[in-house]
Amino acid sequence: MTFTSAANFVTGLANPTRFLSVVAKLLPWMAGITVVLFVVGLFMSFQAPEDYQQGMTVRIMFIHVPSAWLAMMCYTVMALSAIGTLVWRHPLADVSAKAAAPIGAAFTFLALLTGSLWGKPMWGTWWVWDARLTSVFVLFLMYLGLIALNRAMDDPTRSAKVSAIIILVGYVNIPIIKFSVDWWNTLHQPASVIRLDGPTIHPSMLYPLLIMAVAFTMLFFTLHLMAMRNEIWRRRVSALRRQAARSAV
Amino acid sequence: MSHLAFVLISYGVTALTILALVLWVLFDQRARRAELADLEARGVRRRSAGNKPEAENVK
Repeated sequence: MTFTSAANFVTGLANPTRFLSVVAKLLPWMAGITVVLFVVGLFMSFQAPEDYQQGMTVRIMFIHVPSAWLAMMCYTVMALSAIGTLVWRHPLADVSAKAAAPIGAAFTFLALLTGSLWGKPMWGTWWVWDARLTSVFVLFLMYLGLIALNRAMDDPTRSAKVSAIIILVGYVNIPIIKFSVDWWNTLHQPASVIRLDGPTIHPSMLYPLLIMAVAFTMLFFTLHLMAMRNEIWRRRVSALRRQAARSAV
Repeated sequence: MSHLAFVLISYGVTALTILALVLWVLFDQRARRAELADLEARGVRRRSAGNKPEAENVK
């Protein structure tokens, strides 16, 4: 596929009807791949050896770390969508940002909860207000705020611009989350997978973690496309109701 | 609480949250399809859709 044909494909997706047609073809495959990846990932997670210090609680890592990655990746998708809204006024950019927010909130909730359930037996406490935990909690509040904002405003065009600006301003929190363990002295361990000198985890634990991360990512994109389709239909219903009301006058 | 309990609760809560997310998307999908089908039945159709039934765009 040449660059021009790839660009034409992406531009063509600006048409919601064409986008819906592509989504209908993609979704069954994506859902199938997600299920297979979860089956393989879960099998590998419970086959992985126990940690010499953490024992079996290390298995929480296989769901905690992908949830935390997804919490940040989902916000990055929303930030890219916000740029699409403000710069190119792409019709589906706001749909993408709005559809991603509840999914991002769910993954952030899971990252916080599984982190707490891992922290209690390992650190001796459910929660500490250190830089990493606090910045992820702030991310969770940001997701909830954006969901509330989207529901509070009736005019989608106005809410799209306001949401996009808030999303982009809030994106400053993502590098803070990533580098908080390097910039401040925290109870949370430093990065052990995405590092300049390579992962420090043994392959017997790294491979299940990576498979689970891909499974969570596929789940996110599958749910995101489904939620985007729902949002397009919701806007279509609103437009049709307005049209019906006008023709009735 | 044993270490096994922490692991099981973590996996259980994750499974429940993902299930809730999937069900939310599916119920939302069903509700939107029903709304579009209702409008279609009342003869309300997008002008850009021409004579093509709205239901074709819903699939």
